[in-house]
Amino acid sequence: MTEPSDETPLEEDPELPQEAPTAAEEPPPAPLVAPAEPVEPEASDPEPAPAPPERRPLVKRHHGIVRLTHWLNTVLLAGMIASGLQIYHAFPHFGLRGGPYYLNHWDGRYFPRWARLGGWLAGGLNWHFALAWPFVLTGLLYLVYLLVSGEWRSLLFRPSDVPRAWQMQLYYLRLRKEHPPQGKHNALQKAAYSLIFVLGVLSVLTGFAVYKPVQLSWLTAAFGGYELARYWHFWAVWVFVAFIVVHVALVLLVDPASLRAMITGWYRGRFPSHD
Amino acid sequence: MIDERPFSRRDLLRLAMTAGTASLAGACGWQGGPLLPLLRGVSRVNDVVGEKVLLSSHRLAPQYPVSARTPERYFPAYSITHPLPQLAEPSAWTLEVGGLVRKPMRLTLEMLQALPRVTYTVKHHCVEGWSAIATWTGAPVSSVAALAEPTAAARYLRFDTFDRGYFNGWDLKSAMHPQTILAYAFNDRPLTPAHGAPLRLYSPVKLGYKLTKYLTKMSFTAERPGGYWEDQGYPWLGGV
Repeated sequence: MTEPSDETPLEEDPELPQEAPTAAEEPPPAPLVAPAEPVEPEASDPEPAPAPPERRPLVKRHHGIVRLTHWLNTVLLAGMIASGLQIYHAFPHFGLRGGPYYLNHWDGRYFPRWARLGGWLAGGLNWHFALAWPFVLTGLLYLVYLLVSGEWRSLLFRPSDVPRAWQMQLYYLRLRKEHPPQGKHNALQKAAYSLIFVLGVLSVLTGFAVYKPVQLSWLTAAFGGYELARYWHFWAVWVFVAFIVVHVALVLLVDPASLRAMITGWYRGRFPSHD
Repeated sequence: MIDERPFSRRDLLRLAMTAGTASLAGACGWQGGPLLPLLRGVSRVNDVVGEKVLLSSHRLAPQYPVSARTPERYFPAYSITHPLPQLAEPSAWTLEVGGLVRKPMRLTLEMLQALPRVTYTVKHHCVEGWSAIATWTGAPVSSVAALAEPTAAARYLRFDTFDRGYFNGWDLKSAMHPQTILAYAFNDRPLTPAHGAPLRLYSPVKLGYKLTKYLTKMSFTAERPGGYWEDQGYPWLGGV
């Protein structure tokens, strides 16, 4: 595979509005970005280079740190969930002994053996407490990268994204024909990626609240006490699982080229714009 | 328009390796195989972090009103021996205090009850995930240590029992915590055999499996003692 030697600069002008690439440097926007007047879909390649006109340019999409932390997180989160389900196996209820136990579809139920990691309670605990540190470090590395590179600007969901998210939802529901204009990510993606990061932070904090409910009693109290912290920690799993299902489905159905981008860093697909 | 070949063969290979690792790890309740020693090693690191960084010598566990007690029939009681371990001659029982001490001694229940008395209503955290509230009464381990005078070489405590070889190892920092007691009463009444009669270790800063029941001996050691469950893989510190 040939890769362009001149990498697209990662840092863009931080003040730049997301749908307004600087006219001086950028080629005319792709049709999805500027639906105002009809444009021939493949006429947006003004380069004099002899590249085949129907192929979009390969653009650098994800920095190595993003790809590394993404796939590390994939493995670590799978391990955290599987070992967590093993731990749940030892007492599949929430609430003080004697009950009443909190509302929980899995109350008194067990998860299948293939979904559990560790074999028994001690094994599940050791896996959970061993993977927790790299899980936290991966999250911190990602956060530091986002802050230092300025990449957080293309990911953080802000109040101004609310109407854009609505338009995107209309498009997905086929109530709107054209794909709304977007930057690197659309507003719904920003909402999902922002929320999932917050969920990661909450799952770590509730985890510590359950791990040391006496030494960190202030943290445990912030989540409503030991039994509730354990309950929220469990629910975080199902939000993660729901996210993963939708995330993978949308990658495969809407933008399969983004999978390659998350592996190699290079993207040639429907949404080539940068923020 | 979507590129017809969005990924190369190499990309798919990389993806397959990632997915393979994840599914291997999740497969069939795997304990860790060759990674088991590594997991135990990380567990020891977590013990050190738990004792040196997270554990405070003076922070007290929250206390609850007596009305918050879990009904006794719902308070679980575990033992290794079944039926419950019971002494043939309760009046002959003593607690042996020894190991690295200047004054080895044997304490009767009356002597323990004459020591400073600590009573608290606290939450019990089991490693399994359940919790329950009860009142415990006993003599601080630190008071017994003051009588026996451990030497400078003493770094750990080992607790032995008449429950078929059940034993525990403790760090001194947790053992000398003001809420760590040798308990002789549960919910204002003498311990029953289910809860470790005549004497058990209790502390709200440890998980239940560290709270050794049916005590016979308490020894100060220089080497880190293991434990019945700890030797099988449970975290050694067991602090909460």
